[in-house]
Amino acid sequence: MSGLRHDPNIADPDGFYQELIDAVQRLSSDDALAFSARLNLLLANHVGDRTVVREAIAAARQGLVDQQGLENKS
Amino acid sequence: MGTYAYPSYPYRAPDVVGAEAPRASVVIVGGGQVGLTMALDLAQRGTACVVLDEDNTVSDGSRAICQAKRSLEIWDRLGVAAPMMQKGVTWNEGHVFYRDEQLYAFNMQENPHSPFPAFINIQQYYVEQFLVERAQQEALIDLRWCHRVAGMTSNATGASLHVETPDGSYTQPCDWLIAADGVRSTIRGQMGLSFTGQVFEDHFLIADIVMQREGPAIRRFYFDPPWGPEASALMHRQSDNVWRLDFQLGWDVDREEELRDENVFARIRRMIGPDTPFELEWKSLYTFQCRSIERYRHDRVLFVGDAAHQVSPFGARGGNGGVQDADNLAWKLALVVDGSADPALLDTYDAERRFAADENILNSTRATDFITPKTRVSEVYRNAVLDLARDHAFARTLVNSGRLSVPAHLTSSPLNGVDELQGPVGPGSPVPALPVDGASSASARHLIGLVGQGFVLLVFGNQPEALRVDGRIPVEVLCEGRDFSDPSGEIAAAFGATDGGAILIRPDQHVMASWKVPTAADLSAALATVSGERA
Repeated sequence: MSGLRHDPNIADPDGFYQELIDAVQRLSSDDALAFSARLNLLLANHVGDRTVVREAIAAARQGLVDQQGLENKS
Repeated sequence: MGTYAYPSYPYRAPDVVGAEAPRASVVIVGGGQVGLTMALDLAQRGTACVVLDEDNTVSDGSRAICQAKRSLEIWDRLGVAAPMMQKGVTWNEGHVFYRDEQLYAFNMQENPHSPFPAFINIQQYYVEQFLVERAQQEALIDLRWCHRVAGMTSNATGASLHVETPDGSYTQPCDWLIAADGVRSTIRGQMGLSFTGQVFEDHFLIADIVMQREGPAIRRFYFDPPWGPEASALMHRQSDNVWRLDFQLGWDVDREEELRDENVFARIRRMIGPDTPFELEWKSLYTFQCRSIERYRHDRVLFVGDAAHQVSPFGARGGNGGVQDADNLAWKLALVVDGSADPALLDTYDAERRFAADENILNSTRATDFITPKTRVSEVYRNAVLDLARDHAFARTLVNSGRLSVPAHLTSSPLNGVDELQGPVGPGSPVPALPVDGASSASARHLIGLVGQGFVLLVFGNQPEALRVDGRIPVEVLCEGRDFSDPSGEIAAAFGATDGGAILIRPDQHVMASWKVPTAADLSAALATVSGERA
């Protein structure tokens, strides 16, 4: 296993994208956030390979910057 | 009136007032769990010490209640585990709940042969009482109650303490100073050492209650409990029908208000239900930090326990880590004091126990980040883990209600020698409690009971060479078949030992090196790294 795949790997990409959006688009922002967190955890466990997951985390983080005043939990 | 009557230990006026007392070899500041363990370990190795304590009784309140197997093994070596086992409540299992259901259970006992459980719960005052009672029988321990250290100086040859007593003050010089004076260490403050780390913005309320309640002794941890507004709660059974309840209150709380009896009682009632009678024995509102000083050895001053490092309570790594500090330091200091080893050996205490403290702080910080998420998004992820844990086994491994104290595996220690056997238990790991037959001492039914005085070489099968060592530090050779037997073969398997194999064990019951077929020169070289002699 060598690193995170960047080439297309999903059959029927349009169908996949629709499924994803259908699952999340009628949720409140809070629930959508919860959904994303759950999905991340499920998929990360499925991948398992720490190198791949680490590369995916880095790729997802690209272009995003730390906020100064973090939103505190309620 | 509580369940425990605090003892008053005899105060003795100092022999000299306003002057200098005779120089002591070793002074331990702090007669708590860690300082007393240190004193007993030194005494067992023939080294005298003075223990200075600012009051004349034991821990105020139950405080550190979870004593881990490794601490019990160390106290067994010091002859004080039996009363603790008798008084303590044995437990091996933790159950984790989320809202109104149990997510999973875990069992901490990984060795079915061990004479000790994964943990006992016992109020810290009992632990200290048993240690004091043992220390009072030791001629080599000079216990001085109500002798408070108010100031100190130190240099390359020792330290000098300004000690205050009800009858006046005196100066106590010493060659070696052990700071075991806790999280608010006077010695650390006097030396101006910075104690830095992470502060957690959350309040926790401890309530110890006395109640009659049946059921197994297990650790119960509740995330978002259904009965109340607390973010989490923890429940532990202790001795004398005392139960530890620990509530997570959040950051924005009115401390005085939270500590009012009626508010504490309301929380307890919501948790235990309306019918069970109880009495409140002790309450304490706390916040916590994870922090450490940078070095644990400063020439002739050595820091142990909370004086050196502080962790969150989730994981029981504070008190248990401190006991392992004492276990690690005592044999080294004894060798240095009697001239068998160069003082440089004490730098390995710093290296090994800072490694262990880093591990404890890392585990404790991660648990705290899970229990007390710092931002809304981290809380969303935490709750996602808890939500998934019901139906998905993998998520249970991410649930962190505290990674409980396990012995440090000193795998990167500068003392570690070669690891030719490459067994599961290698250099830096503590010796497991595996059964032995025909041991020379009737009490030693486990391998770990055969080691722990000096250095021991365990040898298996035929040795082509007589393993004599001529250095300053003696080694006891124990041959399988002659001095102990390994009926199930589990000991050989644990070390990966084949015919001719040998394992060198340190006085603190940790493996130091292993050889396929050692020579006397191999052994001498390994011991020279301890003594500082040229091999």
